[in-house]
Amino acid sequence: MAITEEDVKHVAKLAKLEISDKGIAQFTKQMDAIIDMVEQLDELDTENVPVTVHGLRTYNVMREDKAVPGTDRELLFKNVKTEKDGLIKVPAIMENGEAGA
Amino acid sequence: MNFETVIGLEVHVELKTDSKMFSPAPAHFGAEPNTNTNVIDWGYPGVLPVINKGAIEFGMKAALALNCEISTDTKFDRKNYFYPDNPKAYQISQFDQPIGHDGWIEVEVEGKKKKIRIERVHLEEDAGKNTHGTDGYSYVDLNRQGTPLIEIVSEADMRSPEEAYAYLEAIKQIIQYTGVSDVKMEEGSMRCDANISIRPIGQEKFGTKTELKNLNSFNFVRRGLAFEEKRQEKVLLSGGVIQQETRRYDEATGDTLLMRVKEGSSDYRYFPEPDLPNIVIDQKWIDRVKETIPEMPKDRRIRYISELGLPEYDAMVLTATKEMSDFFEGTLANGADAKQASNWLMGEVSAYLNSEKLELHDTQLTTENLAGMINLIADGTISSKIAKKVFRELILKGGDAQGVVEANGWVQLSDPAKLLPIINDILDKNEQSIEDFKNGKDRAVGFLVGQIMKATKGQANPGVVNKLLNDELSKR
Amino acid sequence: MNITNYTVEELHDMLVKKEVTAQEVVKAVFARINETEEKIGAFITLTEEEALEQARKVDEEGINPINVLSGIPIGIKDNIITDGTRTTAASKILEDFIPIYDATVTKKIKEATMIPVGKLNMDEFAMGGSTETSYYKKTRNPWNLDKVPGGSSGGSAAAVAAGQIPVSLGTDTGGSIRQPAAFTGIVGMKPTYGRVSRFGLIAFGSSLDQIGPFTRTVKDNALVLNAISGHDANDSMSYEGAVPDFTAGIEAGVKGMKIGVPTEYLNEKGLEVGVKEAVLKAIETFKSLGAIVEEVSLPHSKYGVPAYYIIASSEASSNLQRFDGVRYGYRSTEAKTLEEVFVKSRTEGFGMEVKRRIMLGTFSLSSGFYDAHFKKAGQTRTLIRQDFDNVFKEYDLILGPTTPTTAFGIGEQIDDPIAMYLSDILTVPVNLAGVPAISIPCGFSNDLPVGLQLIGKHFDEQTIYKAAYAFEQATDFHKEKPNL
Ligand SMILES: [Mg+2]
Ligand SMILES: [Zn+2]
Repeated sequence: MAITEEDVKHVAKLAKLEISDKGIAQFTKQMDAIIDMVEQLDELDTENVPVTVHGLRTYNVMREDKAVPGTDRELLFKNVKTEKDGLIKVPAIMENGEAGA
Repeated sequence: MNFETVIGLEVHVELKTDSKMFSPAPAHFGAEPNTNTNVIDWGYPGVLPVINKGAIEFGMKAALALNCEISTDTKFDRKNYFYPDNPKAYQISQFDQPIGHDGWIEVEVEGKKKKIRIERVHLEEDAGKNTHGTDGYSYVDLNRQGTPLIEIVSEADMRSPEEAYAYLEAIKQIIQYTGVSDVKMEEGSMRCDANISIRPIGQEKFGTKTELKNLNSFNFVRRGLAFEEKRQEKVLLSGGVIQQETRRYDEATGDTLLMRVKEGSSDYRYFPEPDLPNIVIDQKWIDRVKETIPEMPKDRRIRYISELGLPEYDAMVLTATKEMSDFFEGTLANGADAKQASNWLMGEVSAYLNSEKLELHDTQLTTENLAGMINLIADGTISSKIAKKVFRELILKGGDAQGVVEANGWVQLSDPAKLLPIINDILDKNEQSIEDFKNGKDRAVGFLVGQIMKATKGQANPGVVNKLLNDELSKR
Repeated sequence: MNITNYTVEELHDMLVKKEVTAQEVVKAVFARINETEEKIGAFITLTEEEALEQARKVDEEGINPINVLSGIPIGIKDNIITDGTRTTAASKILEDFIPIYDATVTKKIKEATMIPVGKLNMDEFAMGGSTETSYYKKTRNPWNLDKVPGGSSGGSAAAVAAGQIPVSLGTDTGGSIRQPAAFTGIVGMKPTYGRVSRFGLIAFGSSLDQIGPFTRTVKDNALVLNAISGHDANDSMSYEGAVPDFTAGIEAGVKGMKIGVPTEYLNEKGLEVGVKEAVLKAIETFKSLGAIVEEVSLPHSKYGVPAYYIIASSEASSNLQRFDGVRYGYRSTEAKTLEEVFVKSRTEGFGMEVKRRIMLGTFSLSSGFYDAHFKKAGQTRTLIRQDFDNVFKEYDLILGPTTPTTAFGIGEQIDDPIAMYLSDILTVPVNLAGVPAISIPCGFSNDLPVGLQLIGKHFDEQTIYKAAYAFEQATDFHKEKPNL
């Protein structure tokens, strides 16, 4: 399967990366080569093979529900570029329903 | 053409745990911005999530109360999207193995009962909160970030805004009974998104749906859906097509406004959270959680009707909140008669709470003192008129009923030896009324009783007064 | 004092006998760094003042004779969080990032009263095999300054190989400890996944990442792993089992030990002749020491690289989303809107290789490609893991070359990502299976060190150390030093 420049643009948008028009062609070529390599996996028969997603086989690791006080706010804001009254300041959020729990 | 409306709801409920879903920071409200947060909530480089067992159990509890199957193998996944209140740019949620699935609840609209199926109940973390300044900036508070949520996704089983309203009420009631959340829409601990489409009656295929957001009260849900139902109908009847889009409910106008057209489905790139293990839930664990679930409102209603002989209406009102229902049962446990307790709770108590905008626990009324008062009425110690005074005293200042009655000298006057002189005194002063009585005017008796009650400051036992008055009148 | 000459054990002896103070050791470290750093370029950040202060405290309190690591200088790879000390992951996006907490390993080395001397260069976000993708500088191989030191833990390896420090910490997601250890002729251990807490490690491939030590000798390595291992309540994937003393029985030898050599590793197309010869010789050495060495098969080896690149890149694409210019790190000065804060900060803050992997990972997870990419890779991973489980039913260890070639030239592969990726072919299966593996020096090819890889069963680092120690004692490769 060949990846198109349109695919690359779509992926860049999802990843919040800007790729210049010139870069798109190069990126597409490189991505295509990488994806070709990756698609060697197609020759493997993996029917009924379970997926491994964790580095360690483990389950039910949990913490008891007990709160500890939050970190000192001043410390947390040490790396914040713009703030106001204990809040992180960012350019206005457009309410377009993009986010949400 | 006639259309049928199809509605599905996604309800988010915040869980009342002590700490957050994946970090030990406090999951409490009302703190100064960004003070109930730590490096995990901030998505600092290098931090890792750890699962809060309490949140898992609250999730199980809610799912069980909603008649869901509990997944024996449940896991967490990452839902990827960028937003300033979403510090990791992924929300840890559950994708294909939610903690609960295939549940249902019963709702009632205009006397008709209906089962609404619940597709899934999954656990996830809440995002922070943004406020929007008028200065062109937004401000982020991460206190809410990481608060445990359950998302309850219904099947598209509702056919009217009224059913959606009833569904929400039932969800709220059930969750509130489990005690895992405050479920207050006005405080944001319960939130609702609605999916709505219409289709010609008889057509099986669903129409294109729109998603409604900013539905911040049950009424807004109902009104927003009603507006959207009409809007879609108009579009279709005028030959248009419905776009798959997200619309925002406008509280001021009751309209829904376009926020964003969906380009295909949004691509959240879900994948299993590599930092968290699966949670395996066995029957023993499920049973243990089940034991902590109180009797649900539906079961209580059935019991109130069949065992206590209450009317269905009483049973509905008394079980509206768990607090009311528990209070009712506590009052009975303290020896009050069921119907009397019901009358008081539905009447005076509810009226007081409504007018003062309070809840039972904000008052001094207790199951003991309410039962005590009801029993004093039953044994004739106080009249129901006096009882109203006693009640005000109890709900405002507390104390026990007997004590309040005695301290105020409110014991009912039933002793003929004490009543007779008063009655005769009144009769002496009202010759005209005696005359009227003899001429067959029954109203005269009422007037005389009133005078006697007045003279005794309402403490005379009306039954005894009536009997003695009749005796005395016949003597004259 | 010439710090280059001493192992951790020797330094400890001298400190206990008061032949030298911790402050003198630290001063010697910085003298050596001053002398060599211009050529090597191992460090992004040096913390001389703090190190001297720390050494003063250690001297004051006195060296604990039971704690071998007390007062020993250590370098930390710059993707491991250090409270108050700039941590960049070699990226522009974290150029001014000052952490406000310590990684669990940082805490542990501080508790052991080791002395951190600085933060080591690496490939940006650990993505690369040459340390050339660092935003800050190139690190050179002490054996040949025109060659790369390997990567991504190139700074960690070069600093130890160049004698600047006796110990460093690196991280290994697909070979990033073992490959640079091989390229620079030192000992590098990637522990079993879960052995060392990842809390405070800036995540790359979360299900693959492990922190491990670089040292010049095997025993030193075991000593450091002792100190950084163990369950951590902050890392749900950390192993709850007990941590053995990795030095206990290290001298037991390999007599009767069953070692498998995968056909696939020795017959790898791109295997350099000199590398193969060195490994064959190493096999003879093991046989002469009494080990039983036989050919085995890891049939899915060749699928390791594609599976690895999908899994690591997918996880990374998600892990690196938090670098959005909002709460910390680089924010583009050009950004006016919120979208620009995200897009411009990331576009200007990340380097090319990081972008490539984010793109590949995002693509592999996107709807329509998930099954063919991410899921398929996860299934392949299961097969690769089974390969190892099968061999380990009969064998105690697996042996092979660490890398197909010795260190390549600076700039040689940077424009050919595929070639760079394929050089990981012998190391990535280990990460996919989660097993532990070490690289130790086993000879030279064209005057560059060759690494021998020993792979063990899950949580059986002890057997690896035993075999590695036996080999080290029987050979002199670890005594060779680069001419600087
Ligand atoms: Mg949803
Ligand atoms: Zn949700």
